[in-house]
Amino acid sequence: MNSFLHWFVIIISVGSFLGCVWLIWWTSKKQPGESAEGETTGHTWDGGDLAELNNPMPRWWLYLFYITIVFGLVYMVLYPALGNYKGLLGWTSAGKYEAEIKAADANYGPLYAKYAQLPVEKLATNSNAVATGRRLFLNYCSTCHGSDAGGAPGFPSLKDSSWLYGGSPEAIKTSILDGRQGTMPPMGAALGSDADVDNVANYVLSLSGAPHDADKASQGQVKFAACGACHGMDGSGNQAIGAPDLTDQNWMYSGSVGAIKKAINNGRSGKMPAHRDFLGEDKAHLLAAYVYSLSK
Amino acid sequence: MDTQTTYNYTVVRQFAVMTVIWGIVGMLVGVIIAAQMVWPALNFDLSFLTFSRLRPLHTNAVIFAFGGSALFATSYYVVQRTCQTRLISDKLAAFTFWGWTLVILLAAITLPLGITSSKEYAELEWPIDILIAVVWVVYAIVFFGTIMKRRTPHIYVANWFFGAFILTVAVLHIVNSLALPVSLTKSYSLYPGAIDAMVQWWYAHNAVGFFLTAGFLGIMYYFIPIQANRPVYSYRLSVVHFWALISIYMWAGPHHLHYTALPDWAQSLGMAFSLLLLAPSWGGMINGMMTLSGAWHLLRDDPILKFMIVSLSFYGMSTFEGPMMSIKTVNALSHYTDWTIGHVHSGALGWVAMVSIGAIYALLPRLFGREQMYSIKLINLHFWVSTIGVLLYIASMWIAGVMQGLMWRAVNDDGTLTYSFVESLERMYPYYTVRLIGGLLFFLGMLVMLYNMLKTISGAKAANDAIPQTA
Repeated sequence: MNSFLHWFVIIISVGSFLGCVWLIWWTSKKQPGESAEGETTGHTWDGGDLAELNNPMPRWWLYLFYITIVFGLVYMVLYPALGNYKGLLGWTSAGKYEAEIKAADANYGPLYAKYAQLPVEKLATNSNAVATGRRLFLNYCSTCHGSDAGGAPGFPSLKDSSWLYGGSPEAIKTSILDGRQGTMPPMGAALGSDADVDNVANYVLSLSGAPHDADKASQGQVKFAACGACHGMDGSGNQAIGAPDLTDQNWMYSGSVGAIKKAINNGRSGKMPAHRDFLGEDKAHLLAAYVYSLSK
Repeated sequence: MDTQTTYNYTVVRQFAVMTVIWGIVGMLVGVIIAAQMVWPALNFDLSFLTFSRLRPLHTNAVIFAFGGSALFATSYYVVQRTCQTRLISDKLAAFTFWGWTLVILLAAITLPLGITSSKEYAELEWPIDILIAVVWVVYAIVFFGTIMKRRTPHIYVANWFFGAFILTVAVLHIVNSLALPVSLTKSYSLYPGAIDAMVQWWYAHNAVGFFLTAGFLGIMYYFIPIQANRPVYSYRLSVVHFWALISIYMWAGPHHLHYTALPDWAQSLGMAFSLLLLAPSWGGMINGMMTLSGAWHLLRDDPILKFMIVSLSFYGMSTFEGPMMSIKTVNALSHYTDWTIGHVHSGALGWVAMVSIGAIYALLPRLFGREQMYSIKLINLHFWVSTIGVLLYIASMWIAGVMQGLMWRAVNDDGTLTYSFVESLERMYPYYTVRLIGGLLFFLGMLVMLYNMLKTISGAKAANDAIPQTA
């Protein structure tokens, strides 16, 4: 902050504290011609119904006031409060945060480092590791994927055997550490008319054996070629680019004709954020083990 | 009737009656959202019944419609009687009543529709903000104009507090509401990021300090001495706590932003000033309570005085609690929990509502030419129902808040959090239920008041007291 603001803050805040002291001192003084203690001040209002007594301020209350004044002044000297002045203790909230994180890492780091030495497959059968992994999951993952990891519309279930990017320990860990960006482009125009989109949607339903209109599906089969580039000509998906398998019963958005047509017309976009900087490799490793254990 | 020989009670009557009506409306919305916390399905999947839309409706209705009407009614009454002169303009006073009513109706329409500036306690959009500013400036003209042509040599202490409240709320409202409109129903704040947050809490904290504290201390300073028929305890105390209160309050707002992106120096200053506020806040409580010194027996028979004195006890309690919660280490536990909700309601129900209720009970018979309220027994019933209601409310929120704070920071041996958020939420059911019962009791008390008011008014003739000709 500039020096004007710096001094403005100092003058107003210290001035307010000292102003309180002056106010108490000035008001406590006997004024010339004032009435005796316990008598009314002589002012009346409301036709004489209202008056004020000339009583002193309660002593205990004044002591309370002085204590808070002294505390405030000392506090403003010790801690950063007066503009650019840093305070005698050198305390900052950022410094305090870093110290707490450092202490936590020193305290808990070895446990996670130990787990990081073991392969994910082995950790997934270690009940202590899974319990800790579950707690991490509840705090960092459950907001999107659900407390039971069952997913939500737009957020994949992690407890079935179907994987967008693969269910191997390495693939799961990569998803956690670096995130994923799943994009399906709008395909309506490429397919043709609304009827074409409807036909392809019915064909997609037929791939997993879901109820569908067989006539439409057979007409849609030709147009599905445009989808095959990503989803594979047999619709079984491509984990390298996160294109979902359309032949299983799992639907991340919805398996209704309407939702499929919406996906075709408007595309879909899903984002799993990266956690490398936030959680670190060791915790991500343990989380991967927990997620891996869910689908076993 | 010669308007120069009587007080203008018309506007006082209007605001006094609307205080009870808006109190019932605002508290009913409060009861509904408290019920939604227990049974979320009660929003029936209708957008305008969701918690997020009704919560600002509740806060605006109780603070500005109920509290605001109480302040307009009492300040117009007190300024005339203590200056022994009629309001300077009947037309301008009437304008403030109808203008304020229009503001409230617009709020009741726009907030459930989701039209909001998204600033807490200042959600109304810019056209309504402009209307508020106009009404408020006219209010200031009427109030200070009346003070200027007073026929008493000194300005009574209640008017200092009303005056500080009117001036400061004008400044707070205008500065915080500065925004760039993009359409009739949407605007964006003029301030960026952390500055916007600081302006917002400078506004909101001082809305508590000046709207909900200074204004209601004005009520206390007139109605307790009048009701008890005793002089104010200490003139000296009133001088010190008035000036200290209004100058220190201004700097305490940052305690709402502890451990945020707000610079450290502002947070520390906010804490130091908040602690300094303790004694000046208590000054008002001491002055009010000690006014009864030597006449405590009055509390046995007069439920109106009971309302006022108990309101001062809640005032003293919440102005102790406030500085304590502003200490950073305490705040680290209490912030974002229901403790804050409990703290607000010990002030809002215990202090603001109860002192207003007492003052309105004292006012109504005087405004309608009655000896006293229709039923003193019903006032007593109202007193006990509301007191029990407030106690249930704040006790349940204390337990809920401390429990949340402790659960959120509990850590396992492996460094993971012991509880997920939803686990702490699940534990809240019993406390949210008790809170609902407490709020419901307070609301039912207001219905008793409505009945008592209607019985007092029906068949009565509006009375306009004559102005005493000697000071």
